[in-house]
Amino acid sequence: MFEEDHSQPLLEVRGLTKGFAGVQALKGVDLQVVPGEVHCVMGQNGAGKSTLIKTLSGVHQPDSGEILWEGKQITLAGPTAALDLGIATMYQELDVVDGLSVAENIFLGHEKASGGVLQVKKANALTRALLERLGHGSLSPSTEVGSLSAANKQIVSLARALSRDTKLIIMDEPSAILDSGEVSNLFRVVRELTAQGIAVVYISHRLEEIRQIGDRISVIKDGRSTASGLSVTDTPREQLIRLMTGRDVENVFPPRQPLAADAPVVLEVEDLELDGHFETVNFTVRAGEILGFAGLVGSKRSEILETIYGARKASAGTVRVNGKPLRAGSVNSAVNAGIGLSPEERKSQGLILDEPIFKNVTLSTFERFARGGYLNERAERDAARGQITALELRPADPDRPARTLSGGNQQKILLARWLVHGTPVLLLDEPTRGVDVGARAEIYTLIRKLATDGTAIIVVSSEIEEVLGLADKVLVIDDGKVLTQTNASDIDEHGVLDLVMKGSAA
Amino acid sequence: MSEQKTKVAEAHTGATADHSSHKANPVRSALRGSSGRNLGLIIALALLFVVGAVTSGERFLNLENMLTILRYASIIGVVSIGVTFVITAGGIDLSVGSVIGLTTVVASLTSVQLAATQSSWILMVLVALAVGAGAGLINGVLIAYGNVVAFIATLAMLVGARGLAELISGRSTQIVSNREFLQVMRSELLGVPILIWIFAIVAAAGWFLLNRTTFGRRTIAIGGNLEASRLAGIKVKRHLVYLYVLAGLTAGIGGVMFLGRTTAGTSTHGLLLELDVIAAVVVGGTLLIGGRGTIMGTVLGVLIFSTLVNVFTQNNLDTSIQALARGLILVGAVLLQQRFAARGPRRVKA
Repeated sequence: MFEEDHSQPLLEVRGLTKGFAGVQALKGVDLQVVPGEVHCVMGQNGAGKSTLIKTLSGVHQPDSGEILWEGKQITLAGPTAALDLGIATMYQELDVVDGLSVAENIFLGHEKASGGVLQVKKANALTRALLERLGHGSLSPSTEVGSLSAANKQIVSLARALSRDTKLIIMDEPSAILDSGEVSNLFRVVRELTAQGIAVVYISHRLEEIRQIGDRISVIKDGRSTASGLSVTDTPREQLIRLMTGRDVENVFPPRQPLAADAPVVLEVEDLELDGHFETVNFTVRAGEILGFAGLVGSKRSEILETIYGARKASAGTVRVNGKPLRAGSVNSAVNAGIGLSPEERKSQGLILDEPIFKNVTLSTFERFARGGYLNERAERDAARGQITALELRPADPDRPARTLSGGNQQKILLARWLVHGTPVLLLDEPTRGVDVGARAEIYTLIRKLATDGTAIIVVSSEIEEVLGLADKVLVIDDGKVLTQTNASDIDEHGVLDLVMKGSAA
Repeated sequence: MSEQKTKVAEAHTGATADHSSHKANPVRSALRGSSGRNLGLIIALALLFVVGAVTSGERFLNLENMLTILRYASIIGVVSIGVTFVITAGGIDLSVGSVIGLTTVVASLTSVQLAATQSSWILMVLVALAVGAGAGLINGVLIAYGNVVAFIATLAMLVGARGLAELISGRSTQIVSNREFLQVMRSELLGVPILIWIFAIVAAAGWFLLNRTTFGRRTIAIGGNLEASRLAGIKVKRHLVYLYVLAGLTAGIGGVMFLGRTTAGTSTHGLLLELDVIAAVVVGGTLLIGGRGTIMGTVLGVLIFSTLVNVFTQNNLDTSIQALARGLILVGAVLLQQRFAARGPRRVKA
């Protein structure tokens, strides 16, 4: 099949294994990357992709297995060793320094200097050349990186990789923080890189994306390679999903359930406004109903959600839960009234990463288990264990720190938190961000089940397909304005984009 | 309420996950956990004792000297407990030393002492505690509601409280004349001075508060991730205020202990004490960035420093060498801890 490939592999990995305190993250991974190709690595969360990346970038040392670079066996003693060889890594959480300029970021760690004095002009000129190479000559080298969009920060990160003599760039889910326009721009950049002979290892969950950008695919499942070097064009989607999950995934979205005629209105939002963000938002959500916010990045979807929750203080309007108005700008009032939020940024806004699963699950309910201020950790642990079982959270150990879990399982912790709380209203902001295809279906099923059990749910997602597939009712939002409110089954992705285009044209 | 109970009950019946996994290797997990860190501190303390015993023999290893070490540790210890809470929540309190000075001055004012003589010596204690808690309240409100960075707010209090104490006392030493107060503060229980008992009680109460109560959980949660705690419905601002009040309150207790030990109130009491306190807390293993705090570690940290001082004094060594040694211990302890922590499950973070 691909043995005929005559080009000498740039990077070859054979039987790589790596274990951490009790967890075997990699159990045997093979990978072969040739110059100038985009090699996609797929796998569910927890499959070991992150560990693989970190091993290839010298952050982790493998327990066994071989890494060959241009045919020679090597050991990567640390990140610098990898960089010196020509392996650069672009992490999901971009490692740029906000307070420094574009040029300063690009030459961070290998500053252009003579005798300790920075050569600003030279660095700026080189930066300009690098940015030209990436088709972003319009970015100014002296701009402060903190003022750039996520997409442009990625470009800076890529330029940094190019500033060293890089032959291989590893990109960890680069599209996760981009909207669709920015993604196609990124792809253009990636193609320019590969045309120059640079190899790209591209990590992603999104099959459509891999179809567009990838040349070959390797799949990892449970720390083991299940496929290596498949052709992107010849491998059907179903086969890839099967390789990733070990089972067939057919219908991703669970069927909608008819709403009971007498289902009460639980959440009412009336003329809600936040100055400078959005205006006159009106809607209601009934028990058992899933409302979706559809719109592009920057449409202020998350801001509306956060204002309902009281994390931002509304400048006008009211939010009512079961008829009772909430105090504006008070998260506590919202939580007490029965609203739960699963925030957009799971790690920075949702979890205490070094605390065990069970304490994260009971973060908004631990007082209930306490008596007179005295904690009852046994009851908390039991409650968490109940949710771990119900949600099939893995690993099923309530004492495991949240940090060690995959994105999908971290999302389940947040769902579990509000399940223990028993909130009648759930606000889910990007519930499947960083969650892979297999686990997504699971999260969708959970969300639908929660609704069927009588919870009123709002889902916000940057993937319009997800909103339309999951929700009963949809608000189409653009630039802080609600363009329309309709049944999810009456509109498709094309229709939403159409509305948004018209909305911004008007 | 009933709904909650059924949820808890469901959880009980639904519990199938194995209990054994996290207890698989008790020795290893204990070494990796907080007890492992404490073990390192105990070893360090034991080493200091060996050094003391070797260099000073009987003069070091006798009950009276042990009590001297503990008495020396007691005031710093009490305040360190309060500051441990603040640091665990990701804050800092630089003002405790100055606040001690202020509390001793206010509590030993002629008018307060006169009123105490007419009513009860407890009045002096209450005044000291109120002044300490009040200073903490100002710190807390400035930090939580005024959005002033804790370092700056408490730095301002450090400077301001000392100045206020100087103004009130006219920089003079105010002798404590209340006999009952002095009697109580000099009393012993089971042969152990009251100051040491106060330290022991505050430490035990602090341990319970941090590890077994909702107050402690909130403290650790806020230190671990303030935004997540806020979005989970924890009243973060209010709790921050409580924490600084708590630290101020322990400074107030420290002030009472100073009054008892020195029989005088003066604006110079507690000078630079905040540095010893922060050093002890950090050596003890509480993370300066918050999210992890250990009362046991703080107690051990305080004991290590006070034993060190004792060993140096016994050997008639210069205080400058003492200071140098303390600096080295601080750095050494933190370096060691990082190695310990790196072996734990946190490593997975990378």
